[in-house]
Amino acid sequence: MPDANKKKTATIKPVSPPPAALSQADDNTQVTRRSFFSWLSLGWLAFVAATGGFFTMMLRFFFPNVLFEPVQTFRAGYPEDYEAGEVDLRWKAKYATWIIRNDEGIYALSTTCTHLGCTPNWLVAEQKFKCPCHGSGFRKTGINFEGPAPRPLERFRIVLADDGQIVIDKTKKYQQEKGQWGDPEAFLKV
Amino acid sequence: MEGFKHLIDSLTKPTILVTFTFIIFFFLFPPSDWFDKWHRRLRFNALWGKKALLIINVLLVAFFIFGLGDPDFRAIVLKPDNVPISGLIFLVFFFTWLSMNQAYKNDELVEAGKPVDEHYDAPNDKVLVWPDLVYVEFICLILFSAFMMVWSIGLAAPLEEPANPSESPNPSKAPWYFLGLQEMLVYFDPWMAGVVLPSLIIVGLMAIPYMDNNPEGSGYYSYKDRKLSIAMFMFGWLVLWVLLIVIGTFLRGPNWNFFGPFEYWDSHKLEALTNVNLSEFIYVKLFNTGLPGNILLREIWGLLIILGYFMILPPLLAKTWLKDMYLKMGVARYSVFIVLIITALTLPIKMYLRWMFNLKYIIAIPEYFFNF
Repeated sequence: MPDANKKKTATIKPVSPPPAALSQADDNTQVTRRSFFSWLSLGWLAFVAATGGFFTMMLRFFFPNVLFEPVQTFRAGYPEDYEAGEVDLRWKAKYATWIIRNDEGIYALSTTCTHLGCTPNWLVAEQKFKCPCHGSGFRKTGINFEGPAPRPLERFRIVLADDGQIVIDKTKKYQQEKGQWGDPEAFLKV
Repeated sequence: MEGFKHLIDSLTKPTILVTFTFIIFFFLFPPSDWFDKWHRRLRFNALWGKKALLIINVLLVAFFIFGLGDPDFRAIVLKPDNVPISGLIFLVFFFTWLSMNQAYKNDELVEAGKPVDEHYDAPNDKVLVWPDLVYVEFICLILFSAFMMVWSIGLAAPLEEPANPSESPNPSKAPWYFLGLQEMLVYFDPWMAGVVLPSLIIVGLMAIPYMDNNPEGSGYYSYKDRKLSIAMFMFGWLVLWVLLIVIGTFLRGPNWNFFGPFEYWDSHKLEALTNVNLSEFIYVKLFNTGLPGNILLREIWGLLIILGYFMILPPLLAKTWLKDMYLKMGVARYSVFIVLIITALTLPIKMYLRWMFNLKYIIAIPEYFFNF
C-alpha cells in the first residue's frame, strides 16, 4: 500500500468512540479494515489461481498425447473389383464409405447423413439410401430427395494410385450444393 | 375384429389423427367464450366428471387388452422402452382430468358465491409436517421403490450389440421423452427443430402466467378465469409435446415411416415422400423455368412468406380477430404473446405442408445452412 494513502486516512478519527467490544477485538486480533481488505484480496487471488489452475488442467485433457484416429486415406482395390450399377458396402463398417460405380466411373460417398449424422441403409429394392433416424432419403448419386436432410451426401476425393489401385482420401470432401462434384478428383472416370 | 383394426390404423394416419385432435382440442379446452358455449352445448364438460373418468379408463384398458391379442400391437406396446408411454397415456389423462375436475368444481363454487376448495382457513386448516406430511411421503417412497424394483426385474432393459457408428438401428429412436423433438426434426432443419423451436415453446409455456395479468383465479384451480392461458398451455403440452411423443413411439417404424398400431413393421414399405422446396414449386412447377442461380432471387418468395407471417400477421390479427385481446393486453404483452404462439404454430403448419404437399423447406439455403 502507498504511504501517502496511509497517512491520509490514519489522521481521521471516528466521531464517536467505537463500542467497547469492537475496539477490544481490534486490539486482540489486529484485523483492521485495511488488513481485512488485504486478506480478502489475497484470498480471492488464491481462489482464482486455484480454479484457474484447475481449469487449465481440465483444458489439457482436450489435447491427449495420443489420438486414436482411424486412417483417413485408404486403398480400395482396383476399379475392376466394382460392378457397374452396384452400391458397394464393403468399406462401410471400416471407413464409413460407399463406393458406387456407374457406367462412366466410380465415386465414393460418405455414409454420414447430412441431417444429423446417422448412417443410412442402402435399400436395394428401392434403390435409395434411407436414414433410420428421421427418414431422410438419398438417391444412388447421393442427392437428397425425401425427409429432412438439407443437402446431398458428401463425396470423398477418389484417385488412382501408381499401382492402379483406387485411393480414397476422406480428408477432402466434395459437396454438391457448392458445385464441387464437377471437380475431377470427386469422380474417377474408368 | 380385423375391420376394427383397419379402422384404428386408418384413424391413426398422421393427417387424420392430428386434424381430429386440432378440431376437437379447443372444444375440450375452450380458449374463449364462444368455444365455451359450444363446449357446454356439446356436453364436453361431462368429460371432467367422475363418470367420464371411469368410462374412459375402462375403454382405454379394454382397447389395450384387445390390442394385446394382435402380434404387431403387442410388439410395439410391450417393448420395454415403450411401456412408460403406455403408462403415460393413462397418467396424462388422469392428472389432466384431476386438475380440470377440481377447476370446474371451483368455478361452480365461485359462481355460487362460496369459498373455493383450496380456501385456507388459518389456523383451523393447519396440519403438522410430522406426521401428516412426512408420513405420507415416506409410505409413497416405499411403495414406489418397491414398484420400481418389480418393474426393473420384470422388464429387462433391451441391451443390444455394442454401439457401432456405421450401423444405425432401424428405426433409431431417441429416449421416449425426446421423441417429440425427434418428430420435430423430421420437418425442420436441425438448428430450428433442435434448438430454436423447443426453447421457444418451453419459454413460451413458462411465460403464459406473465402474459395473463388477471389477478383472479390465482392460488387455486380454476378454468373460467384463465381460459386462454390454460387452453394455450394445454395445446403446447398435450398436442405439441405428448401427442408427438405418442406418435413417435407407436406410429413411427422402420425407415422412419408411419405405421398404424396394428400394422406390420415392414422395413420395405414403400412410401413416395419425394420432397420439394417452395422455390422449386414456384419456379419449376408454376413458372416452368429453372431455378435462378441467384440465391436471393431463388428464395425471395419464401422470405416474403416468412416475413409476412411474422411481421404482417400479428398486427393484422390485432386489428381483426384478436382485437379484444390486443386492447386488453397492450402492445408489448400482445406482441410477445402472439410471436410465441405463431412460432409454435409453425410446427403443425409445417407438418401439414409436408404431409399434404411434400413441401420440404419454405426457405432453403443449404449453401449457408439456413433452411426454414
